[in-house]
Amino acid sequence: MAVKTSVDKTASAEMNGADILIQSLINEGAEIIFGYPGGAVLPIYDALYKNPIKHVLTRHEQGAIHAAEGYARVSGKPGVVIATSGPGVTNLVTGIADAMMDSLPLVIFTGQVAQDVIGTDAFQEADVMGITMPITKYNVQVSDMKELPRLVKEAFHIATTGRPGPVLIDIPKNISQGKAVAHFEPDIHLPGYQPNLTPNYLQIKKLSEALSQADRPVILAGAGVLHAKASYDLTEFAERYQIPVTSTLLGLGSFPADHPLFLGMAGMHGVYAANMALHETDLLINIGARFDDRLTGNLKHFAPRAKVAHIDVDPAEIGKNVNTHIPVVADAKEALVKLLEEDMKTDTDNWRRCLNQYRNDFPLWYNKGEQGLLPQRLIEMVHQYTNGNAIVTTDVGQHQMWAAQYYPFKQPHRWVTSGGLGTMGFGFPAAIGAQLAFPEENVVALIGDGGFQMTLQELSVVKELNLPIKIVILNNEALGMVRQWQETFYEERYSHSIIPVQPDFVKLAESYGIRGIRVINEQEAESVFHETITAKEPVLIDCRIKAGENVYPMIAPGKGHHEMIGVKP
Amino acid sequence: MKRIVTATVLNRSGVLNRVTGLMTKRQFNIDSITVGRTENDGISKMTFVVNVDSEQQIEQLTKQLNKQIDVIKVSDITDQAIVARELALIKVLSSAQTRSEISGIVEPFRASIIDVSRESITIQVTGDTDKIEAIIDLLRPYGIKELSRTGLTAFLRGSQKQITDLNSYSLLK
Ligand SMILES: Cc1ncc(C[n+]2csc(CCOP(=O)(O)OP(=O)(O)O)c2C)c(N)n1
Repeated sequence: MAVKTSVDKTASAEMNGADILIQSLINEGAEIIFGYPGGAVLPIYDALYKNPIKHVLTRHEQGAIHAAEGYARVSGKPGVVIATSGPGVTNLVTGIADAMMDSLPLVIFTGQVAQDVIGTDAFQEADVMGITMPITKYNVQVSDMKELPRLVKEAFHIATTGRPGPVLIDIPKNISQGKAVAHFEPDIHLPGYQPNLTPNYLQIKKLSEALSQADRPVILAGAGVLHAKASYDLTEFAERYQIPVTSTLLGLGSFPADHPLFLGMAGMHGVYAANMALHETDLLINIGARFDDRLTGNLKHFAPRAKVAHIDVDPAEIGKNVNTHIPVVADAKEALVKLLEEDMKTDTDNWRRCLNQYRNDFPLWYNKGEQGLLPQRLIEMVHQYTNGNAIVTTDVGQHQMWAAQYYPFKQPHRWVTSGGLGTMGFGFPAAIGAQLAFPEENVVALIGDGGFQMTLQELSVVKELNLPIKIVILNNEALGMVRQWQETFYEERYSHSIIPVQPDFVKLAESYGIRGIRVINEQEAESVFHETITAKEPVLIDCRIKAGENVYPMIAPGKGHHEMIGVKP
Repeated sequence: MKRIVTATVLNRSGVLNRVTGLMTKRQFNIDSITVGRTENDGISKMTFVVNVDSEQQIEQLTKQLNKQIDVIKVSDITDQAIVARELALIKVLSSAQTRSEISGIVEPFRASIIDVSRESITIQVTGDTDKIEAIIDLLRPYGIKELSRTGLTAFLRGSQKQITDLNSYSLLK
């Protein structure tokens, strides 16, 4: 096979479809593929035999796609995934839906049965187009192999521009196996896809006027700031006009957590001052957040006194959940650059004083004097021993919220979590993708004992590639978040949330050839983190945290930001 | 309220599925859909009549449609000067005695009888929704055996000047 590293404009030789695909991937700059082979992708795997592109064999397709998500989240580059037809694709579904919800750029290639048997319920046939249509930004089945280079180019373009998202290309086996002369400099033809990145000047004017008149402005920063790589501009904007900033779960890191203007995360388990800022603001400037219900709480009580400005690259997000007075359809960075060209006067001294008062009166808290290893303290220690510089991935549950609360990020693109879909099993494979994107960085996966057991087979990949990931299990022998809700809202009826039987995680790690350590108290945790958390080898640390701890403060379902519970010990 | 929305789409496989799928997912209530080719090769036009509760909902619908990669242009044409037509085939029970009576109904509607058998006649009628509803009402007493409607297709009139007289298109009521 003749794979060339540059664009070949004059390809005249016949190639088979799989080689055309791989060449197209190289032309798009793909440097790594996460995948799993099978019958319908055998031709593609044959083309990968001589390693024209690095391929990581995960141990489950779900592992592959979450790894690709982790890779995409920290690198900003599209994650590339290959899976076989039928069960290969259905195993990807959770990850595709996750990437769709959290706007992660993925390009997914799935094998399909040969064209002449599509629709006959052939072996390992599944209606991939039908199954993935509602959970992809775009999907397409290749019908003519000459189109492959164009479809691949379009897929990368769609996945990475505008509001990013997953794109899937379904490739029937006869296409990857057949031969054709491909043209490798295809023109993109997408007349229905022209994301608008530049803000409307009048709306920018309106927003700056509103800001000049506002007494209590606040910025809500979402992941859109990260996708647009606009953290620097956001910081400059907030500083120049002294606007307090809060963030969504996924927006963490878009604004430096140690900045005096940063109020902390808002939402269901957000900081009191941040939620009260949203409640009392008279000008809410949403930049790249989609007003998810976990952020807004009950919409009836959301930002009742605010004029709402919303900057979003996806026009459909504006006005979807919250009535918006100043819509700005634009890339976050372009909008901020334009806003920075305006000249306004603001005076937020009183407002900031008021918020600082909230901050002092109602900081995040936990019972520091308690016996046992407290999860909040554990996260603080991870923060301390990684110097706050780690790439942190989490799974879903209580530990995720504690990580969001107690691991402050000074820099962008170091926080990897499943927000929109809330996918258990995400965090560990995502760490693999993040580590592969940045082999020199310190990657820590903070995982619950429940979620870890959903994708732990990827320990095998960690060993095989000797990835120096630290797997920190916050082990409370329970599906903690479910247990907390049952305690609070179902009168302590712990239905199927306490798990007395679990594997010996230390031995489990060892059986994969990975170092495993158990810690049961703060002293042990301290010395183990000190010794291992920045080590150049993988380590699994089974942390026996105090069971029964709850995440506070909290907005109960159906309540507003001003009705937080658990704001004080 | 009812709204008429048109979408120009790339004629790619699955595009109808894509569009109806998103309507289902977001709980939009579709009254009718028509799809067909246009004057341009590879481009189809869809006309939807949808039932929405609010302005905000119709805005969401057009935005979500617009977001689809294969959708080129979306317009809510309800409040514009439009021509909108639907075709209905109506099979009515008829005996020798009632046949001429029915013909008397058909004529003023400029409908036509396209099939006659011993017990029934089939009428084809084209027009806006009001007109179709009206003829159905008049024929109902004779006994409607079968009714098949295409759903509405519509586009803008060549001239948009007389908007004030025309924007009261009956669907809005
Ligand atoms: C795939 C999946 N199934 C179920 C849930 C519902 N769920 C949310 S949090 C949670 C408990 C997670 O337990 P664990 O992983 O031990 O983390 P903890 O909450 O104890 O930190 C469950 C079951 C989910 N988010 N994802």
